Formats: sequence, C-alpha cells, structure tokens
Amino acid sequence: MIAPLAAVDLARRVAADIPDGSYANLGIGLPTLVADVVGPDKEIVYHSENGILGMGPAPAPGTGDPELINAGKQPVTLLPGGAFFHHTDAFMMMRGGHIDVTVLGAFQVSERGDLANWITDVATMPPAVGGAMDLAVGAQRVLVMTTHVTREGRPKLLPRCSFPLTAAGVVDRVYTDLAVLDVTPEGFVVLEMAPGLTAVELQGLTAARLSFADELGVLPTG
Amino acid sequence: MIDKRVATLADAVAGIGDEATVLIGGFGDSGVPVELVHALLDQGARDLTVVTNNAGSGERDVAALIRERRVRKIVCSYPRSAGSIWFEELWRAGEIELELVPQGTLSERMRAAGAGLGGFFTPTGADTLLAEGKEVRVLGGRRQVFEEPLPGDVALVKAHRADRWGNLVYRTAARNFGPTMATAAALTVVQVEEFVELGELDPEAVVTPGIYVDRVVAVRAP
Repeated sequence: MIAPLAAVDLARRVAADIPDGSYANLGIGLPTLVADVVGPDKEIVYHSENGILGMGPAPAPGTGDPELINAGKQPVTLLPGGAFFHHTDAFMMMRGGHIDVTVLGAFQVSERGDLANWITDVATMPPAVGGAMDLAVGAQRVLVMTTHVTREGRPKLLPRCSFPLTAAGVVDRVYTDLAVLDVTPEGFVVLEMAPGLTAVELQGLTAARLSFADELGVLPTG
Repeated sequence: MIDKRVATLADAVAGIGDEATVLIGGFGDSGVPVELVHALLDQGARDLTVVTNNAGSGERDVAALIRERRVRKIVCSYPRSAGSIWFEELWRAGEIELELVPQGTLSERMRAAGAGLGGFFTPTGADTLLAEGKEVRVLGGRRQVFEEPLPGDVALVKAHRADRWGNLVYRTAARNFGPTMATAAALTVVQVEEFVELGELDPEAVVTPGIYVDRVVAVRAP
C-alpha cells in the first residue's frame, strides 16, 4: 500500500530547503502552502510579480486593500520592511537572477529539467502564460512541488515532456508526494522516498529512468 | 505655463483614433484605469489593439471594450480568468486576435519602446511555442529570443496623486504596469484620485516624472 505525503508535509519538506535570508517567489497553487509552514527561525522575503517584496499573509476578513493582491489575484498584506515597485522592476528581479529560489507547480518535468506548467490543451482554451516563463528561466534555483502522478495516475516525471514547455533545462529539484529527486546530467536521482515505499514501486510510477542516492533518506511526515 | 490637468474624462480620451494601439494598466482588478476605459468606450474608437496584462473580467473595463467589439487584437500575458467570458467567447469565434507574450517580456518590450531601444534578446520563452518565428541566438551560453519594442499610440494609466506638471505617485500594488506604459506611448493619459499643488509631492518619492505624462484627470475614489 503506497501512502503519498499529505500536502502540508510536502510543504514542510520544501520549506526546509529554503535558506534563511532567501528572496523567494512561490507559484500559484500548491507552492503557496510553503509560506504557511516556514518556521519563525527563518526570515524569507516573498516576492510577487506585480511589484511586491516582503509580501505577508492574507488580511483579516473585512480589512485589507483591494489593490494589494498577489500573483493569484488574492488579497495580501505588506510586512514591515516591504516595498512596492513597478512591473518592469518586478520582472527585472525575476529575469535578472535576483530571486534566490522559486517553488513552482508542474504538469510535467523531464529528466533534463524541462518544465511544462502553463498549458495542456492549446485548441479549446485560450493560452495564458503570465510570469511562468520569466520565473522558470530567471530564478537562481527552481524547485518543483507536485504530485508524483496525475489525478488519472499518469506519470509526471518523463524522459521528455509531451506538453508545451515553459522552459528547457531549468529545474533543479523536484519534491513530490512520494520522493525528492535532483535533476542531474545523468537524469533524476532519488534522494528521499516516502516511508514504506520501495525503489521498484517508485520506478513503476515514473516514466523517466531513476537512479538512487547511495544513502537514501526517508521523507518526514506528521 | 504647463498644466496637464483636464476637466473631464471625455477631454482625457479626446482624439484617440480608430486602429490605435492602447496600453491599459492594471493587473487583475488592481490598478485598472476603469473610468478612462469606460470613457474610451463612450468615445467610440474602434478596431483597437489593446495591450494589457489580462483580458478583463465580468462586464467592466477591458471586458466591456471586448464585448462591444471594439478590440481587434489583444496583446497580453494572461487572458484567462474566472470572469473572462467575453474574451473567451470572441476568441473561440475567431473575432479577436490574441498575441500571447510572457509577462516580463510584455513589460520589457514596452520599456524598450520607452527607452528608444530597437529590441532585446531574452532567454524567456526560448524553446517554447512563444518563440516560434522569432530570431534565436546563443548569447552568454544561453539560447535567447529576440523581442521587439511595443510602443503605444495611447497609454491609459491609474495613479494616486498628480500635480499640474503630471508628476505621479501611485498606491500599493496598483502601480504595476503604469510607470512603464507611461513611457511607451505617444499620448499618456492618467487618472488620479486627487490633484495636489506643485511642490507638494516629495521629489524623492515621485515615481513617474511629468515628462512622460500628457493629460491627467481626477476621478474620486468610489
């Protein structure tokens, strides 16, 4: 019986790899959970593409500023020390390599570090990219946080992406609900696995060929 | 004597012609010059090319322009949202052209126009659908895509305060595309919440110097 990690445990594992003092941009969806579980021992400055550094949590209900929103268009707050700037500056931070780390969701990741996270079907829905390509190309370290397989059980870690790419060769590390994997010149290397999972089971849920670290860790839960 | 203040919204959008390229500020519902867009709707210009981050939502501002068949083409990064019904309907019917641009490239293309550049190379979008048909060069060891400047005939921008010289300050994340768009258009039209006397704005805090601004109209906060 394979027991995937709960989303909050996965978020804690990602947060553990973000160093104190980082400037970070969290993608929409699952990655936003990371900010909720970073401990008080770390000071991390969150960036938003619409011109915010030092972004804080959602305001209390009934308060807040309708124009102070995050990339997902949800209301947020500004922490002491935070700053506002215009869009070109916000993207200069992203494209110019000033963001230390980004955590992004993914539809697919290839063993070469290609990322597909912006579109699956070009024919029926108008395409929309936002800042996904800028962030994937520009952040110093690109972490992907995702379920290991799709809702239908199809592998997301592949030899080559079949969906249109967001960026080629950019992903450094992938955190799934089953494993932590580094992208290396030799492909995916598994560093940690969910408790009780075997290497054979993990390979069975992964289309790309996996290598395993000599000292394989266990993903912490609870 | 310089006085860029105009009395009415109709004066602010006077003379905008059919087939104009109109840069419209805003990110989601933050920083959208709603009243100026509605004035443009009343003014009647058609076959517009609209450059803006999102394709409008509900029945308001950019969505209303699209609904009234006034927009021939939209250049944006993220046309899809929960309320982008009018854009989606016309896009499916083939009645509106979409040029999808990564958000940082959208902003930088307008910056290039404002800065008098002939274009720029960026790794954003390389090896993706959005680089199709564009020149690609390897620069600094990375594949980079050539992007052209994106000037406007008109920019519609929302700011917080202005003086009669057109110096502007903004409020929180409503700043977004405003400062860049103000530099990139032949005619920059700004709506503000209030006018202040010359000298009242802290010169250290002016975000858009009046040199970029042509007309300013005051619209009271609702």
